[in-house]
Amino acid sequence: MSTLPEATSSAATASVAEGAELTPAAALFGGDLSVVNVGLAMFDADISAQGAKVSTLDWTPPGGGDLEAARALDVLERPDLAEKIEAANAEAVERIMAARPMLIGFGRALDVVPGMTPTTILHSGPPITWDRMNGPMKGAVTGAIVFEGLAKDLDEAAEVAASGRITFKPCHEADSVGSMAGVTSASMYVHIVKNETHGNVAYTNLSEQMAKILRMGANDQSVIDRLVWMRDVFGPMLKEAVEFTGPIDLRLLLSQALHMGDECHNRNGAGTLLLFQALAPGLLQSSFTTEQKKEVFDFVASSDYFSGPTWMAMAKAALDAANGVENSTVLTTMARNGVEFGIRVAGLPGQWFTGPAQKVVGPMFAGYKPEDSGLDIGDSAITETYGFGGFAMSAAPAIVALVGGTVAEALQYTRDMGEITTAANPNVTIPALDFQGLPTGIDVRKVIDTGILPIINTAIAHKDAGIGMIGAGITHPPAEAFTKAVTALADTLA
Amino acid sequence: MSTTAVVRKNTYFDSVSLMSVSTKANGLDGVEQAFTAMGTEMNKGVLGNLGLLTDELRAAGSGDLMIVLVAEDRADTEALLAEVEDLLHRKAPASAEAGAVTYRTIAGAAEGIAGANLAVIAVNGAYAAREARKALENGLHVMLFSDNVSVEDEVALKELAHDKGLFMMGPDCGTAIINNVALCFGNKVRPGSVGIVAASGTGSQEVSVRVHALGGGISQLIGTGGRDLSEEVGGIMMTDGIRALAADPATEVIVLVSKPPAASVEKKVLAEVAAAGKPVVVYFIGGSEEAVTAAGGHFASGSLDAARQAVALAGVETAGTEEFDAAQAAADVVTRLAEGQRYVRGLFCGGTLCDETMYAVKDAGLDVWSNIQKDPAFRLTAAAGSKGHTFLDFGDDDFTNGRPHPMIDPTPRLERLVAEARDPEVAAVVMDFVLGFGSHEDPVGTTLPAIEEAQRIAREAGRHLEIVAYVLGTDLDTPSVAAQTAALEAAGVTVTRSSTETGRFAREIARKAQQA
Repeated sequence: MSTLPEATSSAATASVAEGAELTPAAALFGGDLSVVNVGLAMFDADISAQGAKVSTLDWTPPGGGDLEAARALDVLERPDLAEKIEAANAEAVERIMAARPMLIGFGRALDVVPGMTPTTILHSGPPITWDRMNGPMKGAVTGAIVFEGLAKDLDEAAEVAASGRITFKPCHEADSVGSMAGVTSASMYVHIVKNETHGNVAYTNLSEQMAKILRMGANDQSVIDRLVWMRDVFGPMLKEAVEFTGPIDLRLLLSQALHMGDECHNRNGAGTLLLFQALAPGLLQSSFTTEQKKEVFDFVASSDYFSGPTWMAMAKAALDAANGVENSTVLTTMARNGVEFGIRVAGLPGQWFTGPAQKVVGPMFAGYKPEDSGLDIGDSAITETYGFGGFAMSAAPAIVALVGGTVAEALQYTRDMGEITTAANPNVTIPALDFQGLPTGIDVRKVIDTGILPIINTAIAHKDAGIGMIGAGITHPPAEAFTKAVTALADTLA
Repeated sequence: MSTTAVVRKNTYFDSVSLMSVSTKANGLDGVEQAFTAMGTEMNKGVLGNLGLLTDELRAAGSGDLMIVLVAEDRADTEALLAEVEDLLHRKAPASAEAGAVTYRTIAGAAEGIAGANLAVIAVNGAYAAREARKALENGLHVMLFSDNVSVEDEVALKELAHDKGLFMMGPDCGTAIINNVALCFGNKVRPGSVGIVAASGTGSQEVSVRVHALGGGISQLIGTGGRDLSEEVGGIMMTDGIRALAADPATEVIVLVSKPPAASVEKKVLAEVAAAGKPVVVYFIGGSEEAVTAAGGHFASGSLDAARQAVALAGVETAGTEEFDAAQAAADVVTRLAEGQRYVRGLFCGGTLCDETMYAVKDAGLDVWSNIQKDPAFRLTAAAGSKGHTFLDFGDDDFTNGRPHPMIDPTPRLERLVAEARDPEVAAVVMDFVLGFGSHEDPVGTTLPAIEEAQRIAREAGRHLEIVAYVLGTDLDTPSVAAQTAALEAAGVTVTRSSTETGRFAREIARKAQQA
């Protein structure tokens, strides 16, 4: 460097001359080239042929190519605003991760769910009127009306539903979630899950096990009879059981279940064993007959899905704690009513952003074809909103066949979700990813920016009322819902 | 004949891959026409023109993949569609080995890949600035290959890069060599002590190739982007590039390559030249000598001169090459011409190569028409026919119009070559063939049938058509410059040895043919 004249004012030369830390340019020239290649695959081959490291992105345009969304994103990325959003999102995910949902009991919806009346019917997803409901939801609603004794048969139930005498309301607007059609009526028993950290409570009804069930749109006498038994035996016995056992730490059980190979949305084998293990002493001490206890044990054993709703209520209790965090772009809800897919954002409480419900792609039960499928339905995407379900596919290699992939793809699913989330939840981890925490806090901005849509594991209901579950698979929210949300965020926060 | 149209929602492939898939799909047995493209307005316009735009396709967005298949009557459409899908999903082999992690975003990759230090960005211009910003924010140097980036975005990106001490190379000049690795368009040259900062792509390729041919080598080649020395951008990247090379212990000589800068920017750049503390060779195509010399720089009159001075200043021993006697060679050509053959037509892939040859002819006091002429009176559009001495840059936006650059796909030139052969006023056609990374795998082979046809047309009309070709490449490139040259010479084409020599030869032919 001795040839350099005194007059040299360049920052680069100065820092080298002073022996200070290398400039980025000097570090580049002095180190090994490692390229991130975006857009043209042919450059990947050229660069690696020259012996340099190169990693080609699986790139998609922001907002799926929607320029309105890209513009809204630019607004949110203005440095002053971005800083506020970052802080708000950190607060929102901190609340979600710090939430400690405890199963504190079971009770009749009419007795415990806020705003419940004898003629209220809760449903899944964003608000919807009777005339717009799809087949499975109509089937569930009419079945529930018969079950509640508000009509003598399904035909009369349809008239009642259309009469205006029934108050329809999204589960999410009653501190609740409901799987598939989500139909919850006054005398159904629900879980009571309290977030001990923040004090809020969440509710969800009980698993009907089986495939031919109310939530899937089935509504014949066998379905009604089961609901009656659940109301008279199953629900009350669970209620007594928790009175004996005391509150059950659901986040702890969820964490264990993920370590045992569940993703706790489509695979619940381990979670159900863990939950039942926690409940069993209480069930045994309950006031019911041995015959009734055997019925309950058999019923729980009849399907791994028993704990499925429990994890939904757990997620709901945690996510609700982030509702209303000002300036936050983190999702607190993803929910579908079979017609529309709705999302809600922490910083815009009470607002739904919707797009058309999507098809679910996956294996079908024998005898059914893809055209028999109802569109994506249910509040169960609350599990993905928290960070498990499809987001934790890497924890459940056993079911990658169910979603049509390989184990490597399952690992990639979770990594991809890491790109649209805000933090990794240290309380719930995935062994196969070196105990990386669940990807937590879906950020509307990142979804638009990356073009990566959240992945959702789910079941498929027949499109017509009265039939039930016909398959399972994966789906995504419509990009439109995120475009609307990011636009509203830009309008509100700017 | 039956037409099938399929839209795959939210499925993205880059345009080059899709074009390659379309090409392969068109070759499938039973396919009359196949089309795979993203649902951009432009692509939908193309389908509309073909009468293939259905309502479903019309509704496709730019993030949706469109597959359109026009099959022969006897063909099994479903099977063909499956074959097309199979072509789409054949993964690129390079970094796709098992277990490799695929990232979806620059931020994800920058965080996940230890040591990642540079992003090559070649996405649609509408998204390019945003991706470049992400890369810079994540501490990566940027090579922005995309064009159609606004000047405002370019300035904002370069200011951000400058503040962070990062390189923001490009847009719209797809050449760089960093640590002996060519990025985008570049040739395989030996490592050495000559550093290049260039605002012109093929101009810098030419200098690097000539330095290599003279026995020298390249330390770094920093492509600044074609507009860097404009008033608006103000030479931010060239200034930073000069400073970085001045500080780089491996660089002994710096070469600057550009079209003449805006006056204020030239001043700024020459101030850096004066402060560099190392010899700086300045090749501003058609620029003036005095200012450069006054700043202590070494003025180069052409690309070959720039390379020769750089190599000499670097102290590299060069074997003296035999000077090309352009006047004598041109005189030999002219004796073979028929009456009325008076003009030279240049069909170029490389913008700077076109420029250098065009300026050489213009400097002889001859009128030249071109699509890149500064003087509007002599400017030609892509649609217009040739006129007098015409030099066309097929890489200019006017010609590419959404198609790949002619260095990737040289076919758009072929038709024009044949058309020029039919023109009885044409004495010679001058062409360039650019080898190296990013370029077509065999540009000469692709062009030979058209060359032969052109020669046949002229011969049957009783004329000799002189075809002059320059092959830009090195002995290390694949294919090598020697192999491509041999194929041209076997076809009766006169092959020149540098861009400068090409200009001289074209000038002499133009002068003598017009006088004859």
